[in-house]
Amino acid sequence: MAGIYQKLKPYLNYVVIGVLTLVFAVLSLTGGLRSSDIYMLEKIAISIMLAVSLSMVVGFLGELSLGHAGFMCVGAYLGGKCSCILEPTLGEIPALIVSLLVGGAVAALFGVIIGLPALRLRGDYLAIVTLAFGEIVRSVFMNSSDESFGGSLGLETPRFDKYTLFIIALVLVLACLAVTQNLIRSKHGRAITSIRDNEIAARATGINVTKYKLIVFTVSSFFAGIAGVLYSYSNYTVQSTKFSYNYSIEILVMVVLGGMGSINGSIIAATLITFLDMKLQTILTGNLAVLQDLFYALILILIVIYNNASAFKDFREKYNLKALWAKFKKHDPAHIKDDEAKWDRVPSKIKVDEVLSVDLQTTSPYTPDKGKKGDK
Amino acid sequence: MSEIVLKTENLGISFGGLKAVQELNLNIKKGQLYGLVGPNGAGKTTVFNMITGVYKPTTGKFWLDDENLTGKGQETINHKGIARTFQNIRLFNNMSVIRNVMVGLHNQSEFKCGVMASIFRLPIHFKTEKAMRARAKEILRVVGLEEERNNLSCNLPYGKQRKLEIARALATSPKLLCLDEPAAGMNPHETAELMEIIRRIRDEFQVTILLIEHDMKFVSGLCDEITVLNFGTELAQGKPEVALNDPEVIKAYIGG
Repeated sequence: MAGIYQKLKPYLNYVVIGVLTLVFAVLSLTGGLRSSDIYMLEKIAISIMLAVSLSMVVGFLGELSLGHAGFMCVGAYLGGKCSCILEPTLGEIPALIVSLLVGGAVAALFGVIIGLPALRLRGDYLAIVTLAFGEIVRSVFMNSSDESFGGSLGLETPRFDKYTLFIIALVLVLACLAVTQNLIRSKHGRAITSIRDNEIAARATGINVTKYKLIVFTVSSFFAGIAGVLYSYSNYTVQSTKFSYNYSIEILVMVVLGGMGSINGSIIAATLITFLDMKLQTILTGNLAVLQDLFYALILILIVIYNNASAFKDFREKYNLKALWAKFKKHDPAHIKDDEAKWDRVPSKIKVDEVLSVDLQTTSPYTPDKGKKGDK
Repeated sequence: MSEIVLKTENLGISFGGLKAVQELNLNIKKGQLYGLVGPNGAGKTTVFNMITGVYKPTTGKFWLDDENLTGKGQETINHKGIARTFQNIRLFNNMSVIRNVMVGLHNQSEFKCGVMASIFRLPIHFKTEKAMRARAKEILRVVGLEEERNNLSCNLPYGKQRKLEIARALATSPKLLCLDEPAAGMNPHETAELMEIIRRIRDEFQVTILLIEHDMKFVSGLCDEITVLNFGTELAQGKPEVALNDPEVIKAYIGG
């Protein structure tokens, strides 16, 4: 039992999301979901995709990007426009597929364009450039003519059967997750994390830093673009005000709250924050609406304090989910202590080595490649 | 005559008006253990930074196996076959020991696997991962870190971190391995062990080694030939016993 669990562990997030998708699909097709729930599921799927793609840049490459909403904006407008044009001739499903691809591809192109100069920048400067990019994109679309992208009124996008759109969105989340995790849990992922850990050493070890930064920016903005297209389908209108830098920060908050370098953390944080946001919007109406932001901020502050304040350390260790789970499994306590010690120091929580671990019993003697070095 | 791996000619660099290194001529032969010594601030690490591409030399040139690498970037120089370690340890702290070495193996031609192949999990991905892991384990065995391979590199004691850095540099299968103070911070026992390891590395991997060290016992016990630097200029060159007894060298170290 424990062995199977260990083997399945790296794929647990696929399993959980897959099963949930199935459950919700059945529920929605039998009419068991209210349309507000469906809307929330769509939003959660979009958030997860954005958070996972941003966590590649922030958590694994270690660069701060504040323009993620900008990539999403590009995807939303271009994908939305594409679906407007194609819908009457191609039909619903092909139009959706084509516009997803177009939105993703154009956003990825922008990712390359931003990535290229960004390679020369580091830290805060890159954050400023990406921030500016997001705002530029937004204001370009805002000032577009009414015929092209709808200007300040927003672009009207065709409607899609909402009982199936969220299923498509969740399937796309799975795809995004698969691409991200497969990339991270490979030799290329090691190269990317090595750049985060120590760029100078990575260069000296022969890692092509330029190439990997570009790859990460491209893949990340591709999925942000796809999330944008989904957004345009789920919202019926795309308005540029949505993609202000506040939204970029919100995505960043999801990544940071989930723990840098933890994809599962990003997924959970994205789900929680989106859920919280939407619930507050429906609960606090009328005069109380002003309290939405206050509650949102308060809850965020409390989560951060709970997770990081040293005063709560004992409490945390006693009552966290991990310890409960360990108790449930009757785990060796010494082992857990070790784990905990590691967790304190490591931002990256994915143990790629366990995932990829192949214990070879045979010891093949190392032979230096003779062709390269010449004979003595 | 054995062939020359690294040759520098009038290599020099100045930062503004300060001539950090000038007119350095090195001829390092294949399979040699070459030492670069000198008092603090003599410009030893600057030499390393020049031949590994961190700094671009302002004067002179250097060749690796008759290929002019002057002014090339760090990655290119590493691909051509110069690997280095750092004076202040620079490991990938949030990775396990074996992954650190696997990053070093990244560019080896036998471990080629495209990004797309990894994303779509083609069979070649699993094959390369397995082969890389096996090779990394083998390299760790040579430096004596096989047991610690699944620990985080930042949790290793100082001496082992140094060895891991050597292993990582070795993984890029260099022709010339540059070690910047490999024995710094090690106790005498560890230093003796390190000498043994360095000798073994040279023999097993057929690599030429250039090292900077302050521990004279270490240098004279290990190196075939040394160059003594002071204030960026060459004071003496030759066999350790000879060069270290040069009156100029003694003056530079002790003064007077």
